[in-house]
Amino acid sequence: MTDARTDASDTARLRSQTPSTSRSAVRTGAVARAPWILLAPFLALFVLTFILPILVAVGSSFMKVTRKGLFGEAGVTESFVWFDNYAQALGDGNFLASIGRVLLFGVVQVPVMIVVATVLALLLESASAKWPGAFRAMYFMPYGVPGVIATILWAFLYVPGLSPIVDVAGLVGIEIDFFAPETVLWSIANIITWTYVGYNMLIIIAQLKAIPGELYEAARTDGAGPWRIAFDIQLPLIAPALVLTTVFSIIGTLQLFAEPQLLATFSPAIDSQYTPNLSAFTTAFAYNDYNVAAAQAVLIALVAFLLSFAFLRLTNRKNK
Amino acid sequence: MNQDPTTTRAIALRGAKNGAVNPDRSAGRSRGSTILVTSILALVALYFLVPIYWVVIAATKTSEDLFSTFGFWFAPTFALWDNLGNVLTYDDGIFVRWFFNSVLYAGVGAVLATYLAAAGGYALAKYRFRGNNAIFATVLGGVLVPGTATALPLFLLFSQMGLSNTYWSVLLPSLVSPFGLFLCRIYAQATVDDALLEAARLDGAGELRIFHGVGLRILTPALVTVFLFQLVGIWNNYFLPLIMLADSSLYPVPLGLSNWLGQTTRLPEFYGYTTGGVLLSIIPLAIAMIVLQRFWRGGLTEGSVK
Repeated sequence: MTDARTDASDTARLRSQTPSTSRSAVRTGAVARAPWILLAPFLALFVLTFILPILVAVGSSFMKVTRKGLFGEAGVTESFVWFDNYAQALGDGNFLASIGRVLLFGVVQVPVMIVVATVLALLLESASAKWPGAFRAMYFMPYGVPGVIATILWAFLYVPGLSPIVDVAGLVGIEIDFFAPETVLWSIANIITWTYVGYNMLIIIAQLKAIPGELYEAARTDGAGPWRIAFDIQLPLIAPALVLTTVFSIIGTLQLFAEPQLLATFSPAIDSQYTPNLSAFTTAFAYNDYNVAAAQAVLIALVAFLLSFAFLRLTNRKNK
Repeated sequence: MNQDPTTTRAIALRGAKNGAVNPDRSAGRSRGSTILVTSILALVALYFLVPIYWVVIAATKTSEDLFSTFGFWFAPTFALWDNLGNVLTYDDGIFVRWFFNSVLYAGVGAVLATYLAAAGGYALAKYRFRGNNAIFATVLGGVLVPGTATALPLFLLFSQMGLSNTYWSVLLPSLVSPFGLFLCRIYAQATVDDALLEAARLDGAGELRIFHGVGLRILTPALVTVFLFQLVGIWNNYFLPLIMLADSSLYPVPLGLSNWLGQTTRLPEFYGYTTGGVLLSIIPLAIAMIVLQRFWRGGLTEGSVK
């Protein structure tokens, strides 16, 4: 990929330099300036909203603000404290538990969601499905519903007295409490699955559509049935899309915030440190400890990076 | 299939020669399997539609009926218009204000972000200069940085600059789409022909004019994808406005509704406001998703196919 690009731009540059008139010198200058003019606005904003915040986060995660006097009236001093904030974050059992909780969530929810999305994509792309366009649109629709709105919707379907689901289950003799300590994590998983299955399904369908029709012809000539085609042709060829969606789902899982934060209104089982992000949010805005919150934010990003890379490595090895 | 690729290709060619004008890409069909597969799909559709159906019903009920009648069917009193009127007029029409804020953040943010990503991606793909690869690698790293990890330090930064609790505090971060730049660069490499740019140069067109006249036009399919991604991303964002905004007149819809939800435990009438608000905010989104979903196919997997 990179080679092709370099070659192409090489030729472009050679071409733009070959005419040895005086005008070409001017034009070369313009060609040299142009990419920077085009990139400048993006880069300026990228530095402001990505690079600087990351530097600020890393920087302040190594600092500590000490207030002098009973209420800090004698001034504040900032000092470099090495890994103290990280030690404090990692020494906090609740923060560690929140990471463990989202990992458990991810181990269950991400595979379920990817499998469901894959099955739906395969079914919709099989000739056996009637009205695939209508179904596809219905499945994708929740992706446009903001996480907050989706959570409110499902919260109302979870609240006893308001929820017809709880009513119906009660009639049949099943007592469901969607907000109990042992169920609320899976109530959240349901909201996330509802929102993102259709989106992941569309990515997989796009990949399925890229499979050349002759491959199907060939397989059928060989006498392969639908199952055989799904497992031996479709699944291997959509593997890149599956890897991509899994990586983005892992990153998304670690960021869980809106759903637990809103459900906390109804469920006493959700505390202010239920997920890592909720933890960092609480540390920053309830305890006003920005330094430890910065350390927590850095740790969350690191875990997301590590998991994504580990998964990419794992799948790469399997493919070779 | 345990066949080696050459055999497969030979068979494929034979199949093509046999007059497969319209190659059947499906995996097989029969009447029985059509009924089975379609019923499974319909059941799944039910799962996706239930919450929407519920909120449509709930929005027609009075606060008392909301709790005392069965949730999946209408109550005797039809209070939809009263409810929606309440939502729109509560607190001097704050909901309408939230809606326009959302349109402003998402609309302006997505248009500008797409333009900036296109300019940057085009520059990285079509010019050779020192630092090109370093810039691309750095921006690519930005794709993997969790959005919530930068939100907190961004707040600290913006409050020092006096930008927090302003429209800018939500709008400025929405203007940057590392993923958009990534997609535009790949797409520009694959589709924008150097010979075409060179021809434009020989005609005496300036570099920026070439980008606006030739580049942007060829990039259009990728731009649609980037725009939609960014639009939905900003429209759905909750963490950033939650951290940045204190003044409720600057809120986007999700933040405002989450505020109303938080009041339900103390003031039950907010159940009615919240369901009405949810219904009003879902209608445009649901329509947009259904209309726009065909555009999502295009560039979505451009990055992964390569």
